[in-house]
Amino acid sequence: MATRGAFDEIWGHGGPEDPRPEFAALSQWVADTPATELQRRQQSAEAAFRQLGITFAVYGDSDAAERIIPFDIVPRVFLQQEWTRLCEGLVQRVEAINAFLEDIYGERRILKEGLIPPELIYRNEQFRPEVAGIRPPHGVWAHICGIDLVRVGPDEFYVLEDNARTPSGVSYMLENREAMLRLCPELFRDFRVAPVDSYPDMLLETMRSVAPGNNRHPVCVVLTPGHFNSAYYEHSFLADSMGIELVEAADLVVDDDFVWVQTIAGRVKVDVIYRRIDDDYLDPLTFRADSLLGVPGLIGAYRAGNVALINAPGNGIADDKAIYSYMPEIVKFYSGGEAKLPNVETFRCREPQALSYVLDNLGELVVKLVDGSGGYGMLVGPTATKAQIADFRAALTAEPHRYIAQPTLALSTVPTMSDSGLAPRHVDFRPFVLTGSDGVRVVPGGLTRVALREGSLVVNSSQGGGTKDSFVLLEDGPAGQSQSQRQSQ
Amino acid sequence: MRITIDHRTRYRFTKPQARIVQMLRLTPCDTQDQTVVSWMVGVDCDARLRDATDGLGNAVTMLYAEGPIEEIDIAVTGEVLTVDSSGVVHGSIEPLPPMIYLRTTERTTLGDDLRAFAADSMALAGDPLDRLHAFNAALHIRFPHVPDAADTGLTAAEAFARGRATSRDAAQMFIAAARSFEVPARYVSGYRIDGNAQSAPHAWAEAHVERLGWVGFDPATGLSPDDGYVRVAVGLDALGAASIAGTRIGAGDEELDVALRVSQE
Repeated sequence: MATRGAFDEIWGHGGPEDPRPEFAALSQWVADTPATELQRRQQSAEAAFRQLGITFAVYGDSDAAERIIPFDIVPRVFLQQEWTRLCEGLVQRVEAINAFLEDIYGERRILKEGLIPPELIYRNEQFRPEVAGIRPPHGVWAHICGIDLVRVGPDEFYVLEDNARTPSGVSYMLENREAMLRLCPELFRDFRVAPVDSYPDMLLETMRSVAPGNNRHPVCVVLTPGHFNSAYYEHSFLADSMGIELVEAADLVVDDDFVWVQTIAGRVKVDVIYRRIDDDYLDPLTFRADSLLGVPGLIGAYRAGNVALINAPGNGIADDKAIYSYMPEIVKFYSGGEAKLPNVETFRCREPQALSYVLDNLGELVVKLVDGSGGYGMLVGPTATKAQIADFRAALTAEPHRYIAQPTLALSTVPTMSDSGLAPRHVDFRPFVLTGSDGVRVVPGGLTRVALREGSLVVNSSQGGGTKDSFVLLEDGPAGQSQSQRQSQ
Repeated sequence: MRITIDHRTRYRFTKPQARIVQMLRLTPCDTQDQTVVSWMVGVDCDARLRDATDGLGNAVTMLYAEGPIEEIDIAVTGEVLTVDSSGVVHGSIEPLPPMIYLRTTERTTLGDDLRAFAADSMALAGDPLDRLHAFNAALHIRFPHVPDAADTGLTAAEAFARGRATSRDAAQMFIAAARSFEVPARYVSGYRIDGNAQSAPHAWAEAHVERLGWVGFDPATGLSPDDGYVRVAVGLDALGAASIAGTRIGAGDEELDVALRVSQE
């Protein structure tokens, strides 16, 4: 079973009776709170989510019903020093992603240096010639990154995926915290947990900082494809929390290379658009002509430098799976130092030697489509059936360039409610990293996804994953000690 | 050759439109083979025009007009000096390397029949340039020229199956096949003198050939472009190089009229 031998973030390698010393108090809280009580709170949280409408649609599911993502009441906790080290790696990585995008759509120094095969850029659909040569306002491309991480030890993190297009999930971070504050107030009394509720303010600050020119009072909006989108809740939630308009394409017009929003008071110039519409659908004059979701002329206004788009169109080239395996070289090239956050070892099946290794070791590897997402088109060797492995063998042999493979890691676990009581379940982590004209910020928290099935390594919500709150402690040391200090104040 | 162009595009709407936004690729750029002496893009209604350069190096004009608009007339007039360069393009603005033109698009879907036809026609030719010329000539023989009409969105494979081809279809067939042989190829929109007083804008293809650079091929004639051609825009396919990409807000239908005079002075 994959769980055995994995690092549990609270229990360490010792199990419930012998937790990591820093987490003794939390372990005690989990042990002392009756399972029925934990269950009651968990159900209450899920009922609230359902009422709010935080649902997602399962793609490829025939009944296509909207579901809520299961919530687990036991939080995942980062010590302050763990968090500080992790942030250094995140900042370095996101700075490199922005530098890479600036370069690849501009001078393309990295190709002249021969660090990346040029066909991986030019023949990649994610490289958008439509926006080549455009420099976004203030030179920021990836304003919001959701870097997917896995952990195998206290300070051992690996980057699984860089999401630099329109990463979603931040509303879960905020709503999960709301629920925890309401349902487990004692945890926040006993532990000094860094607040995450400043995220909307930080996001708005980030948006304002990249407004074209030196406009001190820029108009910012959130652009949604509409209420039928599975992340619509998040779009409206974020617009509401930031106190800015939520608009659809029909509310915006482009005139004379500027973007305007129709309001009851007349039309107002828009400076910054947080768009939750994919590049393909953004502007029918430049991208897909059949798109009804887009704003005609938007890329014209963007090219003229009159509007900031968050995130910049064309960012897909930075988080593409084919580029991922070059990220250590990319980080080194732009930052001048080794990557503080390593990649998972990746076999590029386009290379014959790698392909033959992958075909020989399918049972131990995770195989992914270069252009897939959401856990679709993926083989998890150790838990796959013989038929699944045979299917992938055939697919790999036919089109090797479409696949990469990675070893299965002993992903960390966190105690999680299960039918048979608390049990370790594998987790991953998506912190949200914001980049404005004034630098990079990381919100102290993020989205923890948990694979609810025993031994499962697939955390995608579309494949039976759930979420947890993610605490970042403001001070370290045994939690009990910090609690007594606080009580003695 | 001194070529004058008078190209009018008129949209008439059955109901007034509230707003029109268009992206025009109607302005040629200077190369060593063509010099734009004068060029004007004019609109007959109260519209705002903004010039820019797109990612492939094309001159684009954004057109913004507010309604009510019952008709809009886009007039392009200009004069260009050309020299015959045996189809080889010299001194064009190339922001991206030829490799970008190895990508396939939906419109340049190849299909097995076209693939086989291309392979057959190239079989006896020697070097890559000869092979492209042979394929260009074969396309010309196989597809009698059909006057260009509005773009109906055919892919290369669909056009091949039809057996008739406008210059747009033929260019896309050429591009699709060339790319399948790992030859970077692109769509070119522009003008051509063909002795016909009333003709439509023309399209042809360019392929990137070792040591020569970009070379034009016109399957409508089976030859390479000469000094009777004016290059205006390039793209991965007909959509990407479209002279006019437009959207309108308003009900009703539109009627399109194109009048073109390309003449030699």
